[in-house]
Amino acid sequence: MLRLPRLRYLKPASAAAAAAAVAEVGPRAVLVAGGTDLLPKLKRRQIEADTLIGLAHLSELRGVRGDARSGFELGALVTLTEAAEHPALVEGHPGYAEAAGLVSSPALRNAGTVGGNLCVDTRCNYYDMTYEWRRSIGFCMKKDGDVCLVAPGSPRCWAVSSTDTAPVAIALGATVVLVGPDGERELPAAELYRDDGIQYLAKPAHEVITALRLPPADGLASAYVKLRRRGSIDFPIAGAGVALRLVDGRLERVRIVMSGVGSHPVEAPAAGELLAGQEPTPEAIAAAAELAARPAKPLDNADLHHAWRKRMVRVVVEQALQRAVERARARRP
Amino acid sequence: MSTDGELEVVGRPLPRVDAVARVTGTARYADDLQLPRMLHARILRSPHPHARILSVDTAAARRIPGVKAVLTGMDLPIRYGIMPVSQDERALEFEKVRFVGDPVAAVAAVDEETAAAALDAIRVSYEPLQPVMSIEEALRDPVDEPIHDPALTRQRGNVHRLVSYEFGDVEAGFAAADHVREDLFFYQGNTHLPMEQHSALATYEDGRLTLWSSTQVVHYVHRALAKVLELPMHRIRVIGAAHGGGFGGKTDPFSHEIVVAKLAMVTGRPVRCTLTREEVFYAHRGRHPVLIWMRTGVTREGRITAMHVRTALDGGAYGSYGPATVFYTGTLQTVTYAIPAYKFEGVRLFTNKAPCGPKRGHGTPQGRFAIELHLEKIARELGLDPVELRRRNYVRPFTRAVNWLRVTSCGLEECTEKVLQASGYRGRPRRPGHGMGFAASAYMSGAGTPIYWNDMPHSEVQLKLDRTGVTAYCGAMDIGQGSDTVLATVVAEELGLRPADVRLVTADTDATPVDLGSYSSRVTFMAGNAALEAARRMRRLLVEAVAEATGVQGDLDEIEVREGRVGEVSFEQACQLATTRFGALSTSGSYRPPRIAGPFKGSGVGPSPAYSYTACVVDLDADARTGLIRVNKVWIAHDVGRAINPLAVKGQVEGSVYMALGEALMEEQVYRKGRHKWPSMLEYKSPTVLEMPEIETFLVETVDPEGPYGAKEAGQGPLLPVIPAINAAVFDALGIWIDETPITPEKVLRALDARARGQEARYGPRRFPDVDYGAPIRVDPPDPHDLRVGEELERAFAAAGR
Amino acid sequence: MLNELQRPVHREVLLLRVNGEEHQVLVPVHATLLEVLREQLGLTGTKHGCELGECGTCTVLVDGRPQLSCLLLPVQLEGHEITTVEGLGSPAHLHPLQQAFLELGAVQCGYCTPGMLLAAKALLDRNPKPGRRQIEEALAGNLCRCTGYATIVDAVELAARRMGA
Repeated sequence: MLRLPRLRYLKPASAAAAAAAVAEVGPRAVLVAGGTDLLPKLKRRQIEADTLIGLAHLSELRGVRGDARSGFELGALVTLTEAAEHPALVEGHPGYAEAAGLVSSPALRNAGTVGGNLCVDTRCNYYDMTYEWRRSIGFCMKKDGDVCLVAPGSPRCWAVSSTDTAPVAIALGATVVLVGPDGERELPAAELYRDDGIQYLAKPAHEVITALRLPPADGLASAYVKLRRRGSIDFPIAGAGVALRLVDGRLERVRIVMSGVGSHPVEAPAAGELLAGQEPTPEAIAAAAELAARPAKPLDNADLHHAWRKRMVRVVVEQALQRAVERARARRP
Repeated sequence: MSTDGELEVVGRPLPRVDAVARVTGTARYADDLQLPRMLHARILRSPHPHARILSVDTAAARRIPGVKAVLTGMDLPIRYGIMPVSQDERALEFEKVRFVGDPVAAVAAVDEETAAAALDAIRVSYEPLQPVMSIEEALRDPVDEPIHDPALTRQRGNVHRLVSYEFGDVEAGFAAADHVREDLFFYQGNTHLPMEQHSALATYEDGRLTLWSSTQVVHYVHRALAKVLELPMHRIRVIGAAHGGGFGGKTDPFSHEIVVAKLAMVTGRPVRCTLTREEVFYAHRGRHPVLIWMRTGVTREGRITAMHVRTALDGGAYGSYGPATVFYTGTLQTVTYAIPAYKFEGVRLFTNKAPCGPKRGHGTPQGRFAIELHLEKIARELGLDPVELRRRNYVRPFTRAVNWLRVTSCGLEECTEKVLQASGYRGRPRRPGHGMGFAASAYMSGAGTPIYWNDMPHSEVQLKLDRTGVTAYCGAMDIGQGSDTVLATVVAEELGLRPADVRLVTADTDATPVDLGSYSSRVTFMAGNAALEAARRMRRLLVEAVAEATGVQGDLDEIEVREGRVGEVSFEQACQLATTRFGALSTSGSYRPPRIAGPFKGSGVGPSPAYSYTACVVDLDADARTGLIRVNKVWIAHDVGRAINPLAVKGQVEGSVYMALGEALMEEQVYRKGRHKWPSMLEYKSPTVLEMPEIETFLVETVDPEGPYGAKEAGQGPLLPVIPAINAAVFDALGIWIDETPITPEKVLRALDARARGQEARYGPRRFPDVDYGAPIRVDPPDPHDLRVGEELERAFAAAGR
Repeated sequence: MLNELQRPVHREVLLLRVNGEEHQVLVPVHATLLEVLREQLGLTGTKHGCELGECGTCTVLVDGRPQLSCLLLPVQLEGHEITTVEGLGSPAHLHPLQQAFLELGAVQCGYCTPGMLLAAKALLDRNPKPGRRQIEEALAGNLCRCTGYATIVDAVELAARRMGA
């Protein structure tokens, strides 16, 4: 049986105390909420930690507050199941709720959290392997080594951003609330990420995400389309989160963010701008999807052939745009 | 059974006899077993695909507190293997390693954590050798050295086995053809992925070794332990624990079974080893990747005049069942279609990958995939209906094929008619992206000859009857397919009981007579026949005792044994009367297939006392933009001879369809940079419930003359036609051929792209490598109507000087 | 890995509520619920197929919701109700789901069965009349290699009908 390394588990009294504990213990401390991403990585010795800073007991990080009119605040410990099934959220930001409902499998959504999914480690099928497998092939730069096995000439790590919920959150203009030793700050969700397979989060390790704030619905229609091999369990191999407004038959404020195509959630601003002011015709949507997909560069480090994944990016973007437009139309009085 | 032969429990959809244990979590699987002072073993495995072992230093590992024993290859130097001709594995290797995952050392410690740390402290020094990772590479001269010593294989380079046969006059057959077609196919390797990871627990007490294992075949583990540990068989007891799924993957004796046995002997304490999921991928013995070239001549009407098949198998690092597998890629074609002249050449190659072996269908899905698509293409070329072309060539019941395989009952026609009618295949609606495909197949009900050539029975069953009731003893292992239920049902039928009334002791080499195990779809047919014989003998004794005690005169066959009664008395009373008359009773029954095999070397692979038949139609949608395929429905009809338990048979059919869908659409055991690309449940894609289509199952009962109550196999055959039917349906939907498995969306788009460029609308292999198969063994075909078997056949051979 | 043995083992005394029974256990913090159930409490009905959250085999219920015991830390579970297959029904009193699995042949090797049963129970407790698609969605994280799933979905439907009757 694969087992965890020896650990201690701290139960700080608050998010601020958790942040302080991380700062104090240093790099061998790691925050844990649902544990669905962290525990397998600990078992495979991809993350070496000896101290887990537990968050699960912090009831102030639970609960969905607000509504479609005022915007939502989702505590970081809200489970993905709760987010996916929350009636007001499903109504107000269906794209976010559907993204939460498409994460992995039902059991993992019951444990996995809103905050945790934003922080899901970047993935690579040279990296998400056991210690023995990685030692056999030679360790990569993301853990214990100094080369990238998928692009050996590359100076950087190409592990893939695999969060399902971040693309829609970014497209909606969501913000995250972070608590650190020095207090609280609010950061646009887009700014939580860096284009780097290793240091993929732009926040310091000692900051704790306490909440995700989604804006008032205010005419925003959203959708998330996820491509994966099976209808469950699998991470996205290409995904698109979009949010847009349809005003008098014309698109406004279109944001398109893709998952599974780079080391961070990749936004396609030019494609969004292309649609602004246009009627959502199939041709316009196809052109925007084409443009959005252009910067995506899948490599041979995730499921299925990377050339095929590249071709599919525009398909998922197109499908997400179409679905969001349908929702916008359905919503109009 | 009533005196007029009416069946009471056979044919009824009763729950499995062990169902309560399995739904309440009380069934004890090997990893659930816990004994006092038990130690935990872990195995150190090679990080190199191909390397010489220069040294193994275990000193640091031995010093770790809690480590009780460390083994290296020198402790277990004797080679073993499942077949007499593949004794090429060691429990722990000390000379060289042949794939990433090859066992090198083992530790027993107080807990798994300590054992794992000890593995990390073992220093192994390797000299890496050039790995061989493909069929093409294996056919070239080795860069460094062959994977196995040619002195052992008696072949050139990395060739493991070569077979070459010509049955009848193939050249004449092709000359008589109006049309000849050649095709090339590739069937990717894939693995069993049982939900239960392999596990074994050993004790050594009073000079006797006991092993509980998640094996499919206690007898073969028994043999391997005796050989490697140099213990007499009577000092070894192998017990099959409740089984968490095999599909062929737990049929070989495995390193961890031998290792825990040795560790128990060394430490004097119980030792358990449960493989991690990654290690299960290394234990493997799954589907061989096979390249297949096929050439067939047909008349204008679509009748086959000759066929020539070449196969090349990527065998992985060890022999395993490979010498049989290579035959199976070609041998069974002749029991589905009447082929008047047939040439078959096959080669199995060693590569530096986890060893391949028997997976559900053992070597036949690859050949089946090829022949069904090949015939489909021929039919379309000739402008014939692909189903009609097949029907024109279907074998007839009670005939003997060109390669001497004897066909008895055969429900191909009936199966075909069922699925055609139910699916509406002929009048199917035409809409873009929608397709339907048909395929047919055959599979064996157990091998006609044993792995170890001898004349002993393949299955033996003993019944014990005393004042407390009846117990059946059999070495067969229930791996989830329901073999215990079949045994209980057969005994219950003969003794007028319900299956739940029959106590069972199975798969325990101390207590049960030998059965050759759960593989090759043999248990229902062989153990069923043995149980039938034992039960009929017991019934006779019971009836005698009851007749004598109750003063019944006349024909004992007239005494009813049914519904818990023997004649005028209850079964309980009958047991008491029988015990009073005879003492505790025991009867035994056994089964040995009749001699069927033809008069030539190598004729032992392929003959079976009966073949099951299957036909299926698949309905799917294929998206030309994404290449994604959604299977909507599968209609499948299976000639099972007689369904002893229709619930269990239907379960086997549906499970086969499931496994076939995985193989056809997503499962692949592939390698990158010398390593298994993704030895995990996440990345090795096993379909979830959401991928499953609706399945409509038809059981066809042809009542085989030699099967128990007419039964034939159901566990493997139904997998076979599903895969080519899917490819045929993809052609129907999109007009492209995907001539390999799995059909990934990438391949679909590539074939569509090729068509758009004006090239052949196909994705698949482009060339078959040059292989020197040697001169074929030429075999004269039998008279197709000569059905003689057994001594009669042997006398005929002797008379003909064969 | 060797130096991992040199790290201290942190242990905690926990009160775990499993199948309605309270168990006071001394557990290493790094032992998952799966390990504690099987190795300390003798509840070996909970099986395991990967220990990485990829197969669903080790599914248990936490406060009525399916979760994977291979990814749960007991230290997080005090005050929560844990249900394993042993808490579902006994051989003498089978839960309607167990009865339906048995009758319809939804069990072959039985190794995925405990997890399937618990995932199905959680569904029926929240949604007594699920549609077929809802059943499939609820079982989508539990792999089975034997049955092809059809009989399992049938069995959940049958149990739902009987429980609603």
